[in-house]
Amino acid sequence: MAFLELKNYRKKFGENEVLKGISVSLEKGEVLAIIGSSGGGKTTLLRCMNFLEMPDEGELYLGGEKLFDAAEKKSYSDAEIREKRLHFGLVFQQFNLFPQYTVFRNITLAQTLLAKQDFKRKKADFAAVCKKAPKAERKKLKAEQKQILAEIKANQKKSIEEKAENLLSRVGLSEKRDSYPYELSGGQQQRVAIARALALNPDILCFDEPTSALDPELTGEVLKVIKGLKSSDSTMIVVTHEMEFAKSVADRVIFIADGVIEEEGTPQEVFENPQSEKTRAFLRKSLEEVF
Amino acid sequence: MFWEIILELSEGFLITCEIFALTLIFALPLGLLVALGAMSRFKPLKAVVKTIVWIVRGTPLMLQIMVIYYGPGLLFGVRGIGNMLAVMIAFILNYACYFSEIYRGGIESISKGQYEAGQVLGMTRSQIFFKVVLLQVVKRILAPMSNEVMTLVKDTSLARIISVIEILFVAETFALQGIIWPLFFTGVYYLLFIGIILTIVFGRLEKKLNYFKV
Repeated sequence: MAFLELKNYRKKFGENEVLKGISVSLEKGEVLAIIGSSGGGKTTLLRCMNFLEMPDEGELYLGGEKLFDAAEKKSYSDAEIREKRLHFGLVFQQFNLFPQYTVFRNITLAQTLLAKQDFKRKKADFAAVCKKAPKAERKKLKAEQKQILAEIKANQKKSIEEKAENLLSRVGLSEKRDSYPYELSGGQQQRVAIARALALNPDILCFDEPTSALDPELTGEVLKVIKGLKSSDSTMIVVTHEMEFAKSVADRVIFIADGVIEEEGTPQEVFENPQSEKTRAFLRKSLEEVF
Repeated sequence: MFWEIILELSEGFLITCEIFALTLIFALPLGLLVALGAMSRFKPLKAVVKTIVWIVRGTPLMLQIMVIYYGPGLLFGVRGIGNMLAVMIAFILNYACYFSEIYRGGIESISKGQYEAGQVLGMTRSQIFFKVVLLQVVKRILAPMSNEVMTLVKDTSLARIISVIEILFVAETFALQGIIWPLFFTGVYYLLFIGIILTIVFGRLEKKLNYFKV
């Protein structure tokens, strides 16, 4: 079984069936590009993987384990869904940075919140241990625990900050650490958004048309960052309109039209020797746009 | 005589300030609860809250004060509540409803993307609300809120209809004795309060939140 297995995803909005049974498999370290015309279901597929939408049917396996089964979806609690989400990162078309925080805080916020929850749990565990201990030893035990907890806290903070610094330099924005989102260009904002998504170490990083909201001269810097991630073995799924980019970065390409996969294969197969008539028409059109 | 009048006016002004401050302290958080109720996915709660807001916003505050003050005694024959308490209940309820609509507008104006960004980063609903959305809402609603708060200062004068001795009540007693200037003086109190203190406070707040753009 592949690293990611998506089986027979279906999603309806009212009467409108947007995904009509889509199956995807992806190996670790591979980059999958999803192309297709607007309204074809690309974005919905991505949102279903991140559980921003819940598919009506379908199963998802990650690393050989069943992560999601639409037949059981009613039994998932909010907390479970949150945990499942953490396997995936998502970079939005509109960046969606948090405007009131600096670039650095945008990257560290979610990690800090998660670390806080961890810390609380650990503290509760310790307290439970303490309660069980004989009375005479409690005081000593408490003092020891206090020290350990303080260390944990300091380590958490340090590792989160180090990671954020690393990510910032990876997207080439170290000097913008303390800027606010409105002070950045669109391309810079998107690079911060990529760093923010990477900060949680997702197994798979998804991009929803990451350059569609950018001026043409700014798309290059974002695509370059994504390319850079490929060389560091990230597993990625990219919904894109940039055909050239899909060609050069993707290991595999999927063409989606009207909620089904019309064509699937290596970039070479899909772009140079498309089998389906719809794919050919789509590729012709998207080439016309360029010239 | 002059200083006695000033002293009495100042006492009245203290009552005015008391109504103002207590209303803000209770109505600001209550308004948020009302707003969340009005946006609730639980339909019965939403319907009840929306109906209450509709009634409160659709009737005069003066009427509400009267109903709360006289209502219990005339309807159920129980001893009514004190006039200050009745005024406070009416003001807090009334302003909570107005605030709630401002909050709701602010909350709904935040783009879905902010919530989704929080979601994909594994945040809980309350984390998203308090850590991501709230400050953006505050920034957006500052201007309409300052309007409401200034109106509140002036609305406190309605308390006099059930004999709460706020500043205008005091000034009127002098006017009935044929002394006109306390009325003008009252105007000065209001002007100082709204025109200087509140304007400065809201100006500061706005400046403080100017470091980011929504």
